[in-house]
Amino acid sequence: MEKRLRDIAEEARRSLDSVSSLAELDEIRVRFLGKKGELTRVLRKMGMVPAEERPRIGQLANEVRDVIEKSLAGRIEAVKERVKEERLRQEGIDVTLPGLPVTRGRKHPITLVTEEIAGFFLGLGYSIAEGPEIELDYYNFEALNIPKDHPARDMQDTFFIEPEILLRTHTSPVQVRAMEKATPALPVKIIAPGRVYRRDDDATHSPMFHQVEGLVVDRHIALSDLKGTLDLFARKMFGIGIHTRFRPSYFPFTEPSLEVDISCVMCGGDGCRVCSSTGWLEILGSGMVHPRVLEMSGYNSEEVTGFAFGLGVERIAMLKYGIDDMRLLFENDLRFLQQF
Amino acid sequence: MLVSFKWLQEFVDIDISPADLADRLTMAGLETGRIIEPGKDITGVVTGRVDDVSPHPNADKLLVVKVSNGAETFQIVTAATNIAQGDVVPVALEGARLAGGVVIKRAKLRGIESQGMMCSGRELGLDQKIMPAEQAHGIMILPPGTPLGVDARQVLGLDDVVLELELTPNRGDCLSIIGVAREVAALLGKDFRMPVPVFPEMPESIEGQVRVDIHKPDLCRRYVARLIKNVRAGSSPLWVQQRLRCAGIRPISNIVDVTNYVMLELGQPLHAFDYDLLTGHHIIVRLAGKDEKITSLDGVERELDPDMLVIADPSGAVAIAGVMGGLNSEVTPDTKSVLLESAFFDPVSIRRTAKRLGLSSESAQRFEKGIDLSGCTRAVDRAAQLIQDMGAGEVVAGVVDNYPCPAVEKAIVLRPSRVTHVLGVDVSVSAMQNVLSGLQFKIRDDGNEMLVTVPVHRTDVNVEIDLIEEIARMYGYHRLPCTLPGGSATPGYKTAEQLFTDKIRDVLAEAGLFEVVTYSFISPGIFDLINLPPEHLLRRAVSVKNPLSEEHSVMRTIMWPGLLEVLVRNYNRQVKNGTVFEIGHVFYPRGEGRQPAECPMLAAVVTGRTRGGWNQAPREMDFYYLKGFLEIIFDRAGVSEVSYLPEKTNPSFHPGRTACLVSDDCFLGIIGEIHPDVLEKFGLGQRAAAFEIDLTALFKVCKGGKKYQPISRFPGVDRDLAVVISQDVPAQEVFKVIRESGGMLLKEVELFDLYYGRQVPEGCRSMAFTLKFQALDRTLTDTEVTGCLDNIANDLRLRLGAKLRV
Repeated sequence: MEKRLRDIAEEARRSLDSVSSLAELDEIRVRFLGKKGELTRVLRKMGMVPAEERPRIGQLANEVRDVIEKSLAGRIEAVKERVKEERLRQEGIDVTLPGLPVTRGRKHPITLVTEEIAGFFLGLGYSIAEGPEIELDYYNFEALNIPKDHPARDMQDTFFIEPEILLRTHTSPVQVRAMEKATPALPVKIIAPGRVYRRDDDATHSPMFHQVEGLVVDRHIALSDLKGTLDLFARKMFGIGIHTRFRPSYFPFTEPSLEVDISCVMCGGDGCRVCSSTGWLEILGSGMVHPRVLEMSGYNSEEVTGFAFGLGVERIAMLKYGIDDMRLLFENDLRFLQQF
Repeated sequence: MLVSFKWLQEFVDIDISPADLADRLTMAGLETGRIIEPGKDITGVVTGRVDDVSPHPNADKLLVVKVSNGAETFQIVTAATNIAQGDVVPVALEGARLAGGVVIKRAKLRGIESQGMMCSGRELGLDQKIMPAEQAHGIMILPPGTPLGVDARQVLGLDDVVLELELTPNRGDCLSIIGVAREVAALLGKDFRMPVPVFPEMPESIEGQVRVDIHKPDLCRRYVARLIKNVRAGSSPLWVQQRLRCAGIRPISNIVDVTNYVMLELGQPLHAFDYDLLTGHHIIVRLAGKDEKITSLDGVERELDPDMLVIADPSGAVAIAGVMGGLNSEVTPDTKSVLLESAFFDPVSIRRTAKRLGLSSESAQRFEKGIDLSGCTRAVDRAAQLIQDMGAGEVVAGVVDNYPCPAVEKAIVLRPSRVTHVLGVDVSVSAMQNVLSGLQFKIRDDGNEMLVTVPVHRTDVNVEIDLIEEIARMYGYHRLPCTLPGGSATPGYKTAEQLFTDKIRDVLAEAGLFEVVTYSFISPGIFDLINLPPEHLLRRAVSVKNPLSEEHSVMRTIMWPGLLEVLVRNYNRQVKNGTVFEIGHVFYPRGEGRQPAECPMLAAVVTGRTRGGWNQAPREMDFYYLKGFLEIIFDRAGVSEVSYLPEKTNPSFHPGRTACLVSDDCFLGIIGEIHPDVLEKFGLGQRAAAFEIDLTALFKVCKGGKKYQPISRFPGVDRDLAVVISQDVPAQEVFKVIRESGGMLLKEVELFDLYYGRQVPEGCRSMAFTLKFQALDRTLTDTEVTGCLDNIANDLRLRLGAKLRV
């Protein structure tokens, strides 16, 4: 009997060694430990064992059961681990294949640049004003100190709807509208982005383009404030290393009038094709609001002063993204648009 | 304006390089563009005399020429035909370089050696447009007596440097060499030398020989005339020609060249009349008569308007004042006596006339910006001096100076404190005075204020701020500090509408649409392309009076066709799938004299298929695809109840695949697949769907301010419900009945299957829904849920005639 128990232990050990699946392991469990299993069959014959031998044999039988159970558990664990590893191995994929296509659109570069400009000025406490694109001659010209037959009207070739109604040639009429609305309250601090129209069409001009107007009116606004604001703007927009240059110019609605140049973003100021070898790029026009404009808009020009500026969004977008033909911005080729 | 550096140096000493000067001028407000060095590339070209011209023995079209440089004689083979023995010409000898970098080599032409070449103006870099007519083609013939063996650059003035000034329209006073010289003198702190013409006059006096009557003194404030007799017409000396050429003006004849020369130098346009062709030697400055016509110097007959100023004699107009002379009084080679006009015409009047006639002459450009009223006599004297000097005529003594509206010197009060206030920097009073007196302003200082008298030529300076600008630009903007506006802080904000528009743009771009920017003006032909009937409201568009082309001649009343055009253009470039949107204005007329209405709109168009891949099949972008984007917008905007009303009659859209969008009785817009006829007209061979939404209306119905809905902690129950229902019942109705009938316990309704076919009767469809029931306060019992479901099925049957499908 004792030998039989030892044989069973040996048999179970050998059987376990050669199995590889959970099903086989279960078979082994039934064969050795089940109700009709080998061990049970042996123990049924316990009655035939002399009484004094019984405790020893009983203990031996329990030991054999323990050993088999433990090795069985060990085997099960090992096989499960192997099966899992096998599954993981089979589930391996080519991680370099493209992912599920998620379609995503883009905002137009003109929008992106406008948002960036607006974001800067919102942070400085400016609000956003709007005005009509089809404007009265009064707002587009007269109230900006450009009377009829003024030579400055030649600077902006105009699309007319009627003699007194036109497509605005700049966003500057919004200055006047904003002041009319605000007066006598102070300060007025707005930017006005929008579409403008001029009768030009070539690689550097489009009959429709976008500007952002800016206006600050308060009691103690000086030219140095304009300079500080626009210098900061240029460096935020084009990088901290950029230099600015303020150059006298002429706009009928500002005085003094200035144009603002930045050091060329392409060559850093050494001179290249983009800056026509000057090292400078003109990015905006600006100046102190002309006293006559303040007066016409309802402010006392002795008590308040202000500055205004206007910049071309396309120009800035072209510089920022290295776009060499303005027409690309209006062709809306999807292969162009998806780059932004 | 083109400014010769050498000419400038006659009036001011310049001790810096042309490049540095250009920089200084730019930074003082006289923007300088190109710096042109006309003779930069040219070396080794000298003057030579043609001593002999003989035919080439081996070629009909070539000549063999002997040219002397005074010391040696060279043999040159040429194809030119305009040379004769004795002509002085520019000669490029072996090793010489011409404009454009061509190097001259010794060569054999048909067996005859050629030691160089004779040059045309073009080979020396001269534009044909500014060459005298007789020299525009062929070899350039220099005046007889030109010294031989001299560097041709010097003779032709090609050793000069020309600055190209881009003047702002307020600086009419700088449209002359002396004007620029005045600025340069002020900038460099040098003296400005005004030319003082000195010349002998004939014994006879102009008195009694010329009569000038000004009928419109408001439009002609001054008219000065001088008389030149014994005129010897011819070409002007080379140095005059050079100067004109530097300024881009073609030399014509001595008298005409002198008038142009003086205009360039002093800024005063002059006109020369043939004195003998002026009836009664009587100049009348008056408005044009009704239907009056004149043939201008360019040979064009022009109809004049009664508000145009003309110069006339008793028998009719002889010039369009300040704009262009008349052919009937033109100076010709036969002219014996010349009347020189130096006048001041009203800028606005000149501008109107020039504009209406489409004649923007150099003269008109100066008059319309305002010339120096005090300089008329000086100019006519300078012309007389030049004519006398070059032997082109003799000057009759005296001038006629009809000066009804004399110049008034403007005096402006300048407060130094105001200068500091506006500029944001302390500029010393003495610095202000230096700047202003350098620019020829006269100053009387009485402590707190200065009384500044403006020189007559500065028509642009009228009020205190103009003086402040003068001080600022000469002081230098680079010297101002950088500050930020002080005063009370303001919150920068966007309005609710602006934020709403931003959000829509963000949502659509993130969800898969590409934003485009199209022109606000469209072609009226687009209304035909989209099938609009002749009287359709959308055809009533605001039209542009002076469009660049028919393509861009009316303001859009509708946006999606422009977007469809974008997709067609992409399609034709092999980008066949496209999803685009635009946010912009459409424009509706509101009657004559009234500003049109502008409405913010959102439009989107899609065509083609979605992006597919190895793991996802592409699908056609149809009505439902596009509708998904609308649903996102409505969801984000907080618009809950939107009705999609089938729209069968819109001529631009597919009658079975189009809906009008309505919410809270507010028309929001339209969505649909574009009518196949329209697609065909656009040349698009695949389906496209579009929507166009009125953003004002959408903003009106959107509910701002989201409120939290409690989430149940009790489990929900999902049940499926399938019904067979007539195809005429819109899905929206079925959803509505289910929701109403399901009440509070019904949390979600999802359509998961739609089926037409064999098991379903003709004209019907099967709709299968998953309904989720859930209560906030308890776990629902099976009986409760079944009761709900039965109610819903019952209502669907009673209200919509639906049958339960089992």
